[in-house]
Amino acid sequence: MNGGTNLAQTAIEGINPGLNMAIFGAFVAITLIIVFRASRNTKTASDYYAAGRAFSGPQNGIAIAGDYLSAASFLGICGAIALNGYDGFLYSIGFLVAWLVALLLVAELLRNTGKFTMGDVLAFRMRQRPVRAAAAISTLAVSFFYLLAQMAGGGSLVNLLLGITGAAGQAAVIAAVGVVMILYVLIGGMKGTTWVQIIKAVLLISGAFAMTVWVLALYGFNLSDLLADAVAMEGGKGEALLAPGAQYGVSEITKLNFLSLGIALVLGTAGLPHVLMRFYTVPTAKEARRSVVWAIGLIGVFYLFTLVLGYGAGALVGAERITSAPGGVNSAAPLLALQLGGPVLLGFIAAVAFATILAVVAGLTITASASFAHDVYANVIKKGKVDDKNAEVRVARVTALVIGAVSIVGGILAREQNVAFLVALAFAVAASANLPTILYSLFWRRFNTAGALWSIYGGLAVTITLIVFSPAVSGAETSMIKGVDFSWFPLENPGLVSIPLSFLLGWLGTVLSKPGDRAKQAEMEVRSLTGVGAEKATAH
Amino acid sequence: MTSTERDVGNPPGEDWEAVQASPEFTELRRRLRVFVFPMTAFFLGWYLLYVLVADYAHDFMAIKLVGNINVGLVFGLLQFVSTFVITGLYVRYANRRLDPLAAGIRERLEGSGE
Repeated sequence: MNGGTNLAQTAIEGINPGLNMAIFGAFVAITLIIVFRASRNTKTASDYYAAGRAFSGPQNGIAIAGDYLSAASFLGICGAIALNGYDGFLYSIGFLVAWLVALLLVAELLRNTGKFTMGDVLAFRMRQRPVRAAAAISTLAVSFFYLLAQMAGGGSLVNLLLGITGAAGQAAVIAAVGVVMILYVLIGGMKGTTWVQIIKAVLLISGAFAMTVWVLALYGFNLSDLLADAVAMEGGKGEALLAPGAQYGVSEITKLNFLSLGIALVLGTAGLPHVLMRFYTVPTAKEARRSVVWAIGLIGVFYLFTLVLGYGAGALVGAERITSAPGGVNSAAPLLALQLGGPVLLGFIAAVAFATILAVVAGLTITASASFAHDVYANVIKKGKVDDKNAEVRVARVTALVIGAVSIVGGILAREQNVAFLVALAFAVAASANLPTILYSLFWRRFNTAGALWSIYGGLAVTITLIVFSPAVSGAETSMIKGVDFSWFPLENPGLVSIPLSFLLGWLGTVLSKPGDRAKQAEMEVRSLTGVGAEKATAH
Repeated sequence: MTSTERDVGNPPGEDWEAVQASPEFTELRRRLRVFVFPMTAFFLGWYLLYVLVADYAHDFMAIKLVGNINVGLVFGLLQFVSTFVITGLYVRYANRRLDPLAAGIRERLEGSGE
């Protein structure tokens, strides 16, 4: 959804790069001050990874929305609805319903059994080192795919919003975004990152709300009239906009592809490591529940806004102007802002879009660095015996620096690539490698180390193999690698095959080996349901 | 479990298997599962039905109900409604039926350990 396929290079008329940069600069300055203030008390690992578990449920819920509503879901979904109509709406439903998995099955139990990372939960009753290593590898893989997609998407945004078309200029802006992100993470830790996400979520949702009311007001708050105008707009897909199928109904393969994507979206969210880690920033399981309730409310309302904004862009801007603008499909929401409120509103929306990339990559970076420092360094390399209390946090900071540098380079290299499939891949890996393992260890008494390793490594290997040999990578016009064809798996989204297979592998690995530690299983189950111990951990 | 944060409030030598087998705990587990498992099956089935209909029954989704509002739009919006309703139902259930039981077991365990 975030791909950088920009054929036309004409700048948008009425765009004011200086104004856009000034508004974005103000956002960065304000958030940096807040991050500096928030960082004063960041000393221990609990402060750095989990913000001292001091956030309330509503605060964390807003931050979750800020973390989850990426540039892909804002610009991408608005654009997809503007151009393909109903099919764009289908995405947002999967993204929303997914939160019920987190609410009912994962959030509270996870909060009660872990401390900082997904590895904590999986390692509770398994053999520490192999399971933590596997959890860290899977976390790093998901974070890397997601991060790369966000940074590469940033490239096309620069082109669109700042009018910078040269390779050097775009690279410089991507690097600047990366450096600011690293500053947030290094200085502010989880607390600073959370505040950035809260501020961004408030700006994004209120901006989208204002535009939604504006669009609806133009049509006398009659959605049917708005739809009629979107259909009537020349150069669009007409009547086909209102029903599903404009994008995914082309052939049997595209239909299966959509089914596969739909399943990965709904099962992937509760396995995304940066989402899981957010549940540790609240003191109790009850606050974790409140976080998800807030997140569901905000995310749901936001996707309803994008429905209006998408059709609004289709009706007021028109498909022709959207596709010919730099940034293509991603330009629908910014062009609508320009149409409604002129350069100032465009500047605001542009700044929010950049802030979105910043907040999401900061969340991913802190998750990946926590997983490396806490799971790999402290528990696999040092075998849980780190002498210096600050050493783990120091390792986490160095890791964040490395990940930041890698994502800057990756973002610059992937700038002109079609990497939209990376987001789908991240969800597919999360649904295949992480979710079965988490659910089994929370709900299945017999589950053991072998089962955990089989489902994580199996899920990861199957998903990546299927993607590599899919049309997303080779053999189609939109493939990442052009000119060669080594694809044999027909679907761009592997979830339909990889998710059931991973559940099966986890089951198979378990029944083929000896049952795990009974006493540990009993302890984990009692703790996960009652919160014994976990709630007091905040007292010191 | 980790070097950087001690397990606070961890009753030493607690017999977890005995707690797990206690009537209070088995009741808590039953109440949780009797709600979340069927509800998960329901919303996943409901969502899958929506995806399949959107995927394979375009004409049905295109039937107009009021003005330009068609079946597809209403079906999609109903997914939002069901998500919000299930969230509300779960919160009510957890507050009334799960939290008091969990708090009782927790207080008993933490009280005995210190």
